[in-house]
Amino acid sequence: MIWVNQIVQGVLLGGFYALLATGLSLMFGVMRIINLAHGDLAVVGAFLVWWLHDRGLSVGVSLVIMLPVLALVGVVLQRVLLERSLRAGVLMPLLTTFGLAIVIQNLLFEKFGADIRSVDIGSLAFDGWRVTDQIYVGKLPVLIFGVALALLGALQFFLSRLPLGRAMRATAQDPETAELVGINARGVYLCAAAIAVATAGLAGAFLAMRATFDAYAGPTLLIFAFEAVVIGRIGSLWGTLVGGVSIGVAQTIGAQLNPQWSILAGHLVFLAVLAARLTVSGVWARGGFKAAVGIRS
Amino acid sequence: MSAAASAVRVQRWTPLSIVATCVGTVLLAALAFGPVVFGANTIDKLTELFVYVILAAMWNALAGYAGLVSVGQQAFFGLGGYATIQLTQHGVNVFLALALAGLAVAAVSLPTSLVVLWLRGGEFAIAMWVVAEVFHLLVNLDHSVHGVTGTSLTALNHYDPTDRRRYTYWLALGMMSGLLAAVFFLLRGRLGPSMQAIRDDEQAAGSVGVRVLRTKLVVFVLAAAGCGAAGAIWLAGQLTYQPNSYFSIQWTAYMLFMTLVGGLATFEGPIIGALIFFFIQDRFGTHGVWYLVGLGAVAILCALLLPRGLWGTIEDKFGIRLLPVGYRLRRRDS
Repeated sequence: MIWVNQIVQGVLLGGFYALLATGLSLMFGVMRIINLAHGDLAVVGAFLVWWLHDRGLSVGVSLVIMLPVLALVGVVLQRVLLERSLRAGVLMPLLTTFGLAIVIQNLLFEKFGADIRSVDIGSLAFDGWRVTDQIYVGKLPVLIFGVALALLGALQFFLSRLPLGRAMRATAQDPETAELVGINARGVYLCAAAIAVATAGLAGAFLAMRATFDAYAGPTLLIFAFEAVVIGRIGSLWGTLVGGVSIGVAQTIGAQLNPQWSILAGHLVFLAVLAARLTVSGVWARGGFKAAVGIRS
Repeated sequence: MSAAASAVRVQRWTPLSIVATCVGTVLLAALAFGPVVFGANTIDKLTELFVYVILAAMWNALAGYAGLVSVGQQAFFGLGGYATIQLTQHGVNVFLALALAGLAVAAVSLPTSLVVLWLRGGEFAIAMWVVAEVFHLLVNLDHSVHGVTGTSLTALNHYDPTDRRRYTYWLALGMMSGLLAAVFFLLRGRLGPSMQAIRDDEQAAGSVGVRVLRTKLVVFVLAAAGCGAAGAIWLAGQLTYQPNSYFSIQWTAYMLFMTLVGGLATFEGPIIGALIFFFIQDRFGTHGVWYLVGLGAVAILCALLLPRGLWGTIEDKFGIRLLPVGYRLRRRDS
């Protein structure tokens, strides 16, 4: 029964990872950029909500203020950094976003110090439902999982049904041709960056509520998000959820075996999935990794 | 056609590059007499500089020439220190252990490469980060290094501090010279153009007969060995081994800074970058957080405004190459 409980907790944790991974996946899918500062932007969201809450605003109001601010950060990031980097080649965004990650982490440290923080959300933090003696489902993890589902569903709807979403998919496939048929690719990129960073901020805010964070929490978040994206196959929205859940379950089961193994177990599952995909189905011979994760080039 | 073809001469050595190569070699040879001339503090500082040069040169070979942007090179740096600790705990002479650490790390990098070398661009970058985290967590689990608390290289206590300092210096100098020479000959040989072709377009390179994986593997293992050796030398200088500081992402941040500022994909650039970093570290290293903010910001600015770095910009502007790692075409004026 204890194992069932760990799996349930893992699945719920997976919702959080999926939320974290959505923006990373979107940015990669549309701009072909892996934003190495993604986790740190999530931490910026966490700090912003914490700071607003500390000033006396309610958590809900803090969230409502944080989301547009982070969307704006995304727009600025795209205009100032990513656009220029992309012009200099495919590797340049990696270098600049890594530099940005270092700047963000240390600025946050300078401003907020080394304290480990958490946003106080009252009884919601530990309220829950006792299903059986050993299975306990917390309200907050369920809420986060629900938000992840809703966000993925909304994005799915946005990309498949709305004009801007269709423009985004067209631009993702071929920006030049998209421009030929009247799509403003630059605007689409700005929009994608805004959504990606805002969702990162949302994930960060949930991190602040469900656990603790500090200025240097970003890299770990980035790694988990990336693992979720790759396991779920890059570019697939619902795959992100599958990936997040895989990492979450691996971590909770690892933690049950030995508390020190929790994070390691997640990483090992990721590497194992990678290795398995590369060996199985003879991708050695054709297409390599891109074929293995299902990217059509 | 033939007139046009013969109007161009393919050149490898220029008078300048002959002089520069000779001066460089003589300088390295002269540095070997360092311990005779310099005081203890200078020897320690130079050893530190050699480590930076190694790290910058390795990261440049990997990211600048082969297009393998790794944000997990701290994996091999940390493993280099760990291998030294393990070897000395098993009775190997400490200086032999320091020298062998790079090879041990190269051996570990082989199975690692099986998983990560298939990946491209950002996927490779973060997968390497995961690899670094995995090694970090595994080393933390090892009781013989006392997990997070770390341990120290007690075997070095048997040596007189002066001897210890000298031997470490010579080891660092030798490693740096050897690794720079390895990169130099790698770039001049068949693999040099292959690497750069892969960096520019992996599929196209494969289609014209470049053996993509094998080429990547050579650079990957070389860079792993180099970073491992650097980690071992760092340990000899610091004496203490704390996994958290050796497996810290800051090492990759330093490599990125040195290479971007000096000049990505130039042989000389990372060396200049390492010198700059060395002086900045010496001057501002105590400023902690703001210092790191500055490093990151300068790296971003360099990437955006000076994408070829300091040395790359000088190269382009004046058309000079100090070390002959490429070819140049010169119009024959008749």
